Amino acid sequence: MSNTKSLLTIKDLHASVEEKQIIKGLDLDIKPGEVHAIMGPNGAGKSTLGYVLSGRDGYSVDSGSVTLDGEDLLDMETEDRARAGLFLAFQYPVEIPGVSNLEFLKASVDAQRQARGEDAITSADFLKEAKAACKQVNLPVAFLKRGVNEGFSGGEKKRNELMQMLLLKPKLCILDETDSGLDIDALQIVAEGVNSQRSADRSFIVVTHYQRLLDYIKPDFVHVLSDGKIVKSGDASLALELEAQGYAWLQKEPVEDELEG
Amino acid sequence: MTEQIDKALAREYEAGFVSDVESETFEPGLDESVIRRISEMKGEPEWMLEWRLSAFREWLEMEEPEWALVDYPKIDFQSISYYSAPKSMKDKPKSLDEVDPELLRTYEKLGIPLIEQQMLAGIAVDAVFDSVSVVTTFREKLEEAGVIFCPISEALHKYPDLVKKYIGSVVPKKDNYYAALNCAVFTDGSFVYIPKGTRCPMELSTYFRINEQNTGQFERTLIIADEGSHVSYLEGCTAPQRDENQLHAAVVELVAMDNAEIKYSTVQNWYPGDENGKGGIYNFVTKRGICHTNAKISWTQVETGSSVTWKYPSCILKGDNSVGEFYSVALTRGRQQADTGTKMIHIGKNTKSTIISKGISAGRSNNSYRGLVRMNPGAEGARNFTQCDSLLIGDQCGAHTFPYVESRNPSAIIEHEATTSKVSDEQMFLCRQRGLDPEKAVSMIVNGFCKEVFKELPMEFAVEAGKLLEISLEGSVG
Repeated sequence: MSNTKSLLTIKDLHASVEEKQIIKGLDLDIKPGEVHAIMGPNGAGKSTLGYVLSGRDGYSVDSGSVTLDGEDLLDMETEDRARAGLFLAFQYPVEIPGVSNLEFLKASVDAQRQARGEDAITSADFLKEAKAACKQVNLPVAFLKRGVNEGFSGGEKKRNELMQMLLLKPKLCILDETDSGLDIDALQIVAEGVNSQRSADRSFIVVTHYQRLLDYIKPDFVHVLSDGKIVKSGDASLALELEAQGYAWLQKEPVEDELEG
Repeated sequence: MTEQIDKALAREYEAGFVSDVESETFEPGLDESVIRRISEMKGEPEWMLEWRLSAFREWLEMEEPEWALVDYPKIDFQSISYYSAPKSMKDKPKSLDEVDPELLRTYEKLGIPLIEQQMLAGIAVDAVFDSVSVVTTFREKLEEAGVIFCPISEALHKYPDLVKKYIGSVVPKKDNYYAALNCAVFTDGSFVYIPKGTRCPMELSTYFRINEQNTGQFERTLIIADEGSHVSYLEGCTAPQRDENQLHAAVVELVAMDNAEIKYSTVQNWYPGDENGKGGIYNFVTKRGICHTNAKISWTQVETGSSVTWKYPSCILKGDNSVGEFYSVALTRGRQQADTGTKMIHIGKNTKSTIISKGISAGRSNNSYRGLVRMNPGAEGARNFTQCDSLLIGDQCGAHTFPYVESRNPSAIIEHEATTSKVSDEQMFLCRQRGLDPEKAVSMIVNGFCKEVFKELPMEFAVEAGKLLEISLEGSVG
């Protein structure tokens, strides 16, 4: 165990959606720069975890605590969590017709700068950064002019999420099944984008059903989420094990880690 | 969620202040003597008075229309004052220096400085305060181009033949209840004449302000674009925040001669009443233009104010190949009610019309689009395209669409598209997850929805519309 201060600490988290408990006692500790993969069968609560952490309406925390950089995350409004450096890349990015990507992104960046007491970025500077980000995720610059996700293909939407991440420079990125619906080329582009952002002061939670993505984004830790709890943790090799054996064996036998915890 | 959106929309009405100006206001009440007095105050020619009186007599025989989807208590026309003007205007100030500084301050507070040096270059303003025009700027510059831009009361003296020829030529006296009332009691408004082949060198605009209590504002605007000319005209409107309802019944007539083009834009922000529907302006307006051969009239409106709106800016496409356009954003919230749309009457051959209507309803408001597209038997090859989109915010508001289509020519093509959507939880979550507060998120989503219409507004006015709905970086990508 290193002495570095944790970026994210989740303790005994219980959370519900529409009165149904989905997260049932989850613990997780993430240090700056670490990449944690969260895998698990459908319905295990993987996406719910992302929504609970980012403060989506309708997702309520029943008990437990979450801190981001030592601050009580659960006490913050959705937008304040974003301003504190939490970023969620959506599995199904929604369209906002008529609002250009550029306008949306600049407003987001400015809102976050403002929260840090900085001035709004000038349009010229922002345009330069946005064009560079487009290039990096392999989206034509013309996408900046288009409505947010309006008429984008699945792969374009995911790359657009990545572009937002590049511009917002978050401390903690939660990638919610970013690999779903991507072909292998698109997957590589997204993974390269993510890898380029890995740094000592940026951490990732990579939520995925399949091991495939982890071939490209090498995690430091892999956790298996089942029925609202982390039932097994390990290093990258755990993902390969899961790929070979599936999830079924985890759900059947009692798990020692859990009994000890 | 709904709570946050309500908060986002419940912004202060910034134009709600009252100016401390000593006014001369008629006692409430309406009969022929009131009309005679108005006409006398304005020093009008005899024919104008006769015209007013005949309209009044017609009005007395007419019924208040009830077909619109709006609900308000019956108006007591005897409780309204039909004329109010700042006393300082009585001596007809000849220059800005002579105008009461309090009046100038009022417009400055509204973001419309009337001192030419401070103004946005390129926009001439006619400022109408209650029943009179306070000042019209940049007149000399316009006169050099032969453009006439002055209060209609002044045009009656200086250009009586033009006024006589065109007033009531597009909206007949008997057209409808409120139009007839306006003909009888109109007080001021703007008059524009653009000579043949002239492109008006500036944007023209009129800013209407209601200040006095219990008065109605009945303005009348007449714009004539002679052959091959071009003009872009803007109007803005605000009023103090008061508990009583006030009536605003205007008439606007546009005449586009052969090959002429008129672009008419409105940002209407009359006081909408409070969240419970107390107070606010009744905005009952008749706007219509006639297009001769190859002419074009384009109406763009952003309607955010008024407690009740009843308004259908229309085009009579009389000449062959003439074009009519209607772009509208109507936002209702609180208890506001809007019944608005357009009429496109295709008479000439190959006439074309486009209707883009965006209705946004929030709170407990009701927002209706009502539009008529008529293809007359002679409208060979005429075309219309209509798109009506409604955006609902929350679950207690209403959006309605009443399209009327009458085609008497089999070669005419009419297209109609309509959509209804909601500001979704997913959209709000995405915006907030990126750090935007809910207020900004709503205004951005609403702005996006209105984009096709905002594009049509002149640059300078887009700024004002933006202040109302908050605007963007649009167009900054090279």
